[in-house]
Amino acid sequence: MVTTRTETGPLIDGATGKWEIVIGMEVHAQVLSKAKLFSGASAEFGADPNAHVSFIDAGMPGMLPVINRFCVEQAVRTGLGLKAQINNSSVFDRKNYFYPDLPSGYQISQYKQPVVGEGIVLVDLPGGKTIEVGIERLHLEQDAGKSLHDQHPDQSFVDLNRAGVALMEIVSRPDLRSAEEAAAYLKKLRAILRYLGTCDGNMEEGSMRADVNVSVRKPGGPLGTRCEIKNVNSMRFVAQAVDYEARRQVDIIEGGGTIKQETRLFDSKKGETRSMRSKEEAHDYRYFPDPDLLPLEFDDAFVARIKASLPELPDDKKDRFMKDYGLGSYDAGVLVAERESADFFEQVSRGRDAKLAANWVINELFGRLNKEGKAVGESPVSAAAMGSIVSLISDGTISGKIAKDVFEIVWTEGGDPAAIVEMRGMKQVTDMGAIEAAVDQVIAANPQKVEQAKAKPSMAGWFVGQVMAATGGKANPQAVSELVKKKLGI
Amino acid sequence: MSKLTDLTIAEARDGLKKKAFSAVELTEAHIQSVEKARALNAFVTETPALARAAAAESDKRIASGAMRPLEGIPMGIKDLFCTKDVLTTAGSHILDGFKPPYESTVTRNMFNDGAVMLGKLNMDEFAMGSSNETSYYGPVINPWRRKGSDTKLVPGGSSGGSSASVAARLVMGATGTDTGGSIRQPAAVTGIAGIKPTYGRCSRWGIVAFASSLDQAGPMARTVRDCAIMLKSMASHDPLDSTSVDLPVPDYEAAMTGNIKGLRVGIPKEYRIDGMPAEIEALWQKGIAWLKDAGAEIVDVSLPHTKHALPAYYIVAPAEASSNLARYDGVRFGLRVSGKDITSMYENTRAAGFGREVQRRILIGTYVLSAGYYDAYYIKAQKLRTLIARDFEEAYARCDVLLTPTAPGPAFGIGEKTDDPISMYLNDVFTVTVNLAGLPGLSVPAGLNSEGLPLGLQLIGKAFDESTLFRVGEVIEKAAGATPRPQSWWEV
Repeated sequence: MVTTRTETGPLIDGATGKWEIVIGMEVHAQVLSKAKLFSGASAEFGADPNAHVSFIDAGMPGMLPVINRFCVEQAVRTGLGLKAQINNSSVFDRKNYFYPDLPSGYQISQYKQPVVGEGIVLVDLPGGKTIEVGIERLHLEQDAGKSLHDQHPDQSFVDLNRAGVALMEIVSRPDLRSAEEAAAYLKKLRAILRYLGTCDGNMEEGSMRADVNVSVRKPGGPLGTRCEIKNVNSMRFVAQAVDYEARRQVDIIEGGGTIKQETRLFDSKKGETRSMRSKEEAHDYRYFPDPDLLPLEFDDAFVARIKASLPELPDDKKDRFMKDYGLGSYDAGVLVAERESADFFEQVSRGRDAKLAANWVINELFGRLNKEGKAVGESPVSAAAMGSIVSLISDGTISGKIAKDVFEIVWTEGGDPAAIVEMRGMKQVTDMGAIEAAVDQVIAANPQKVEQAKAKPSMAGWFVGQVMAATGGKANPQAVSELVKKKLGI
Repeated sequence: MSKLTDLTIAEARDGLKKKAFSAVELTEAHIQSVEKARALNAFVTETPALARAAAAESDKRIASGAMRPLEGIPMGIKDLFCTKDVLTTAGSHILDGFKPPYESTVTRNMFNDGAVMLGKLNMDEFAMGSSNETSYYGPVINPWRRKGSDTKLVPGGSSGGSSASVAARLVMGATGTDTGGSIRQPAAVTGIAGIKPTYGRCSRWGIVAFASSLDQAGPMARTVRDCAIMLKSMASHDPLDSTSVDLPVPDYEAAMTGNIKGLRVGIPKEYRIDGMPAEIEALWQKGIAWLKDAGAEIVDVSLPHTKHALPAYYIVAPAEASSNLARYDGVRFGLRVSGKDITSMYENTRAAGFGREVQRRILIGTYVLSAGYYDAYYIKAQKLRTLIARDFEEAYARCDVLLTPTAPGPAFGIGEKTDDPISMYLNDVFTVTVNLAGLPGLSVPAGLNSEGLPLGLQLIGKAFDESTLFRVGEVIEKAAGATPRPQSWWEV
């Protein structure tokens, strides 16, 4: 494997000096499809064991696979989303090994000729840096079933609901250099798949799983021996697994040992990786083209049709948000991280002050959603209500401070922000006569402070606060400030 | 009128239509033959009750004028075809008790056309063999014997139950499958006709797989016309088999005009192999003369890669088989021999469930697909396959059909070749090229040798040109004269 990344990444400390971590990832993403890859059985999650099993999935004698065209479209769609080479001709191979959750004794996968070739994923890192991660390939394959070892004292059961479900294996180049980068890559990949509608990205249900290849080297040196960490099923675990594994490898090398190429398992309870099988114990899968299936072939028109139906993807959306709405890179990045967030923002900002809208969506709404562990789709404040609040601020009906109160009311009680403001008398006071009277009153009541303020103009803030308090926060703070300064003659 | 069991399918069809006899009578006559012929060991499972019910239904159809193409015709089904709720063994211990909950496309097509199934026919285990001696259910005995000898001979293989039961008049026709010659060679050594259609002509759905890229179902019957009648029903485009071809199935009988004037018949010189018995050479010459007499033009052609076909076949077929047979693991169906853990259960089950020949081929197949050997064996064999197919393409620029012997010799004695796998594999020398190239091949009975044993000639056609094979095959059949029926020594 060749890394396309040239500059040295972040380094970690060892006893003998700095080390660079090199990471490549193989992500298994379940294709969003009603039916399995070759059998037509339902691919739905959560049914009773063995409820969705056809004779093909069960490996019955004489049964033959037939490719699900929709799954192919999904793979091509994903390939296009990864800006990758689409191979109009690809081949399904058999990967042979024995296991009870693999009924036919082989997994149908793609080995030498995958449906999608090289592509690219741009990953934004905290701090504003963007890295380019090379995609080596994407291929279609079948998932296996699930062995259940906890149902009977001395027998194991098998649930074949998942057997034959379509997976996309997306293989990155070893272009990642830290736990943080690995997690960010996975997050970005997930966002792209979810934008495309080709995978729901649900890591808890196992519809996205990552195998993480980790090695360490002296900065700029040759690649070290890698270990593959299997089935890491959350962003947090990816980061933990990388950190643990890199440290383990550095300790071994610095202790005079060598790294053995092996497959390791991540134990999420202990936060460590442990050996599963060495290279010597690795299976010989005896790949060969599946004679039950013809080569997978489609024409340029098929690809063009899919291309025409692609949605706007996160990178393009981010560029557009920066350009059209004048948003900064960070804000735009936050908004496009999920298609739902971006859509929400665009509804809020439509016909309104986009920067103000972004500010409110990101800081107030997302902040609150995060705190309560809710997704955008579950927000108690609808995009329409959020937009209405932004409008009320923009047209001076309420101040930003009052807006926070309105947001709180809508969040907890619901309702239309404009009506709430009206009914509860939260409107900003814009009657200059009333504001002037309040200012005069405060100045008259505090001659001592007036003297101090004349000497030290920053004291004006105290007067503004007093006026705001006197008006119940409804006075326009800017108007108050100007008036105070004028009256104090500062 | 001759015995009902001596009729051809075409004759029975006419008799049923004219109500000269009923489907039930026809079926009863065959059930009796089957019961009297158990010494041949041609059946793994007899299904007389199903047959009687089907025949009764056929009589209703005939009475109502809704006769279907295979209405009331008693047939045998090779035990490689999954038949719904009827034991299906593939000749193997490992499928003990396996009753498929589904019907193969080919048998469903036949039953939809009115065929009556008398039972499931014995075969080499997983279709691996040329003598029917690898069956877990014991060897099938060829109804033919050498003149003045009671030595038990093999019926060919792997479709040995099919060939024996057709030749012995137990069934009017039988299904076979042919991966390297398993329809044509047994047909030849039992004096019947059998065709391996073009790859993709018949659906493989529901047929226990041996080597998926080579397997093809086809009919075996006593005349070429009967094969044509059967293939018309068996063949179909099947969306459940990705390798099935979406082409209309022609009316094969209509193509059997008897006229082959001007047809170019290629004689491939590479099929004149070292040590070929004189009687096979003589038979071939006779076939050439018959076709010439009928107005065909004889053309010498070359298929230069023929000598590589057998080695290529014995790499590709075991490779695919080693993977196809992985599903027989004792977990879901068939035999299970328990063990202390999952691995030992697999090992015990497969050691007990597979016979020696199947184990040998799984080992060969596993070896040729292994890391480090794949390129040297499997890839090389695939390249040879391409070259062999190209040989045929080039030959067909100069001719319309090829004529060769079907097998290098007549039926041999049971046990004569079981200890010598290479000599056994040589039985396929004239037939495997056809499977490797995916072409159709028809074996036509062409008379008896000096010992009184049947021999066959093979016609190889262009892809999807089965029609020409039937047309030419019938000319050979007529020229050779009707094959006499074997003496019914087996009847009890």
